[in-house]
Amino acid sequence: MTTTDAQSPFTVGHRTVTRVAGPLIVVDGMDGVGYGELVEVETGDGPAREGQVLELDGSTAIVQVFGGTVGIGRRETSVLTRGRAARTGVGNDYFGRVLDGAGRPRDGGPQPVPDDYRHVNGLPLNPITRAHPDQFIETGVSAIDGLTTLVRGQKLPIFSGAGLPANSLAARIAAQARVPGDDAEVVVIFAAMGVTRREAEFFRTEFLIGGAAARSVLLLNLADDPTIERLLTPRVALTMAEYLAFEQHRHVLVVMTDMTAYCEALREIAAAREEMPGRRGYPGYMYTDLASLYERAGRVRGGAGSLTQLMILTMPDDDITHPIPDLTGYITEGQIVLSRDLDRQGIQPPIDVLPSLSRLMNAGIGVGKTRDDHRGLADQLYACYARGREVRRLMSIVGESGLPTEDRRYLAFAAAFERTYLGQGPARRTLTDTLEVGWQLLAPFPAAELKRVSAEHLAHYHHEASVTATDA
Amino acid sequence: MTPTRPHTESAPPGRSGLARTVTSDTGRVVRISGPVISATDLPHTRLFDVVRVGTERLLGEVIKIDGDLVVMQVFEDTTGLQVGEPVEATGEPLYAELGPGLLGGILDGTQRPLANLSTDGDLYIARGADPHRLDRNRQWDFRPAVEVGDRVGPGDLLGSVPEGHAIEHRILVPAGAAGIISAIHPGPATVLDPVVDIDGHPIAMLRRWPLRRARPVADRLPLTVPLITGQRVLDLLFPVARGGSAIIPGGFGTGKTVLEQALAKFSTADIVIYVGCGERGNELTEVLEEFPGLTDPRTGAPLMERTVLIANTSNMPVAAREASIYSGITIAEYYRDQGYDVAMMADSTSRWGEALREVSSRLEEMPAEDGYPAYLATRLAGFYERAGAVQCLGSPERTGSVTVVGAVSPAGGDFSEPITQNSLRLAGCFWALDTALSRQRHFPAVNWLRSFSQYGLDAWFDREISADWSPLRRWAAASLQDEGVLQEVVSLLGVEALAAEQRITLRIGQALREDLLQQSSFDDLDASCPPQRLLAMLRVVHEAGAAMRSALQQGVAITDITAASVLADLGRMRRWPADNIDESASRLIQRIAEEMSSL
Repeated sequence: MTTTDAQSPFTVGHRTVTRVAGPLIVVDGMDGVGYGELVEVETGDGPAREGQVLELDGSTAIVQVFGGTVGIGRRETSVLTRGRAARTGVGNDYFGRVLDGAGRPRDGGPQPVPDDYRHVNGLPLNPITRAHPDQFIETGVSAIDGLTTLVRGQKLPIFSGAGLPANSLAARIAAQARVPGDDAEVVVIFAAMGVTRREAEFFRTEFLIGGAAARSVLLLNLADDPTIERLLTPRVALTMAEYLAFEQHRHVLVVMTDMTAYCEALREIAAAREEMPGRRGYPGYMYTDLASLYERAGRVRGGAGSLTQLMILTMPDDDITHPIPDLTGYITEGQIVLSRDLDRQGIQPPIDVLPSLSRLMNAGIGVGKTRDDHRGLADQLYACYARGREVRRLMSIVGESGLPTEDRRYLAFAAAFERTYLGQGPARRTLTDTLEVGWQLLAPFPAAELKRVSAEHLAHYHHEASVTATDA
Repeated sequence: MTPTRPHTESAPPGRSGLARTVTSDTGRVVRISGPVISATDLPHTRLFDVVRVGTERLLGEVIKIDGDLVVMQVFEDTTGLQVGEPVEATGEPLYAELGPGLLGGILDGTQRPLANLSTDGDLYIARGADPHRLDRNRQWDFRPAVEVGDRVGPGDLLGSVPEGHAIEHRILVPAGAAGIISAIHPGPATVLDPVVDIDGHPIAMLRRWPLRRARPVADRLPLTVPLITGQRVLDLLFPVARGGSAIIPGGFGTGKTVLEQALAKFSTADIVIYVGCGERGNELTEVLEEFPGLTDPRTGAPLMERTVLIANTSNMPVAAREASIYSGITIAEYYRDQGYDVAMMADSTSRWGEALREVSSRLEEMPAEDGYPAYLATRLAGFYERAGAVQCLGSPERTGSVTVVGAVSPAGGDFSEPITQNSLRLAGCFWALDTALSRQRHFPAVNWLRSFSQYGLDAWFDREISADWSPLRRWAAASLQDEGVLQEVVSLLGVEALAAEQRITLRIGQALREDLLQQSSFDDLDASCPPQRLLAMLRVVHEAGAAMRSALQQGVAITDITAASVLADLGRMRRWPADNIDESASRLIQRIAEEMSSL
């Protein structure tokens, strides 16, 4: 979808816009146009805007205009078709550049020279050509490495709330991600949808200032850019990423933020088409639409590259059952959930590990990948922390003095876990450090109570304390 | 031998007669809206006829006829399709191709082998591919079971071919055919080579059957035998019958897929049809990489040899997702008719319902609840009612069954949504997965207070496993119920508020939950638990309860009883070596009794 690709030999103009409504126009005389095809809308005022055919009925087409419909009228507007679906340039020349939501330069630099062009919708990967993701990525964040392990080729969203530091967590992961024992560079494609200028500046600083520029591409659709362009942004980003991952064999991390803004653009189109709304007004096909983005993550057989997705979404009113986090959670391979409570207590990063999950964790950990005790230790920390949170809830009713000693030990564990394991601050922890912090936290428990860990791991790693601090 | 055409089995008796005259039309596209397109000039087309759309010949199906306008859903991506392109109607409904070679297959929603959908070296699914559903070149060793002069009718056994190491693929007389065997062609044959002649008409092994129509049976049988799943919580508390149906609703992250995959691996079915409907590509890859390395614990043959995988991941076209459920159940019925116990796993039926909703919305139909079409309940019923235990058609006399286990992904984890509620009315088992349990990492996260099974299978367990099965099962269910009530008190008043006797109930409940119902799919020893082992574990917990109560009567302090170190050994029961389970159990029972009496 870049303007340099304008030397298409065959261009046809149509001049019969019959209706303009919100982001859509209805055009007559569109014979010979394909479904989903890219068109250009010329108003004689400013550059041509791009649009896509959403529906064809006889010679009438419904077109969504990515650049917005302000200034489009029935006269003086012509619609040009080029006989091809929406495409974007792909290649290495995009590194270090800031592009707009449709993939055009917005940093004042020259037009990048693409290696090739690809359709932005991509094609579904044949499941039998996929390779199962099983390579551990060390992010340096204990809550992720230890308990919700990320692997290459995974799609893992961060469920955030307004005002929670999801952006800095994503930036941190992008900057720190490495695979132990593998020096292959991770390249980052960053797709921002509906972000504010302040956030855009944050990401520009994080990714393009310093040494990361040579391995980063930024696509920015700002909050005041045309809404409908947001539907293109993740597709352009993923198309570039697929090329790098599956054809150039690079390890690509795609960070997409904010999926909530994307879904709202989707709802806007659905409303403009007067479609029957689903839950909370979002269209019934939102699951399919999101899947067509998220499923583009993965690894393929015989290829060295991988496409890992990290997407941020803001849960409206912190509601995890809202359709956007709900449908996302059904498609992605787990989720990382941020907690307002932890954030208020100053615990950074404020990851609530109980609702967080990595479905691919088992494939990426254990002997030869991380360490033999990783699974059991993670299960045990979960179990103890869940119990500690339950006791904390109970304490608010019966008071601490009403709790048995055993319960008080869990209470103390939960507080220590939040303070040290989760609240690591900006420091980077290696996996070995993360595991060690976990075992130290379990020290106050007698071995018999640690049922999730095998006897041999207990013997090897457990620092059972003779007198525990909480047994007052 | 001259290859025959595949035998299109005719409608079941009592419905319309033999194959109708096939009339094909060619019309043209007039409207395109995503997977739904409309065409004109197709006067002979009937509802659910297959169409080939556009110059790329995309596969589609007629879903509505409105005057001259024929509306169809297309099973492939329609990007680039133009108004005016041709539409060819085949005059036939969507068929499954049935015959040897299905097992071990990895298919898309319309039964196309995935391996044949990408050209060499390409990673993506090409459009318009129309490979044969069954391999036409592979040779099968046909072993006849009839003699020339035998009189045969529909469903009678003609012979068999070995399909893999464990399954005898039985070739039956097609529905609608009958007569006298006039010739037999034993030995190697492809699916299209004639294997017998009936009244001079050559009959090959390949059958075609319309996906959306249930295959005929002689009789439906009562459901009295359980499908042993290897999952303790299910086999003990909520067993499903062979021929029954179960639903697994649960929000994301509650373990639906892990449970479905465990059932596919360990349940005591002869054949497993696994339908990944609108789910994750990486999960399917996991199945594809894991299953070939596993063996069927009952036959020792590779697990893939009893499995058919149907994969329509969430980013593959939505209409084919809808068809995938029917492809799966039709293949299941085909093996059932041979006399096998088949289990079909559908993950997830919600994605199928959503495909119906998406197409319905594009048709601008008036929606019922949550935007789903009003015929949602009818479609779900049509699917779940194809499960059953049956007396198969034809001789020799044999029975078979299709058990259906459908995962449901309710929006927001709220079970009041239409797919869960409508499925609940149809399924005999409700295995409710619970977000709270999954957050405590209690897996399988089946909520024992909400779930139910309507199949009365106690008689079978008491007869085949042990006479104390059903009393112990009732004891376990009641103990969990009691513990649930006490937990509510504890959450309000603290554990000190309970009487000593009640705190023992609490401790028994804890042992049942943590040491019995929890099961790890990722632990090779624990992943599947046969009924004998389950019973031994249950007996230990029961005896532990009795020992605790008797210690209390002896005047031992309750805190000493519940803190007894031997109780920690209950957690090691799941890792007992498979041989000598009973001996391990009686040793532990004895140690518990000794430690309790020494307090």
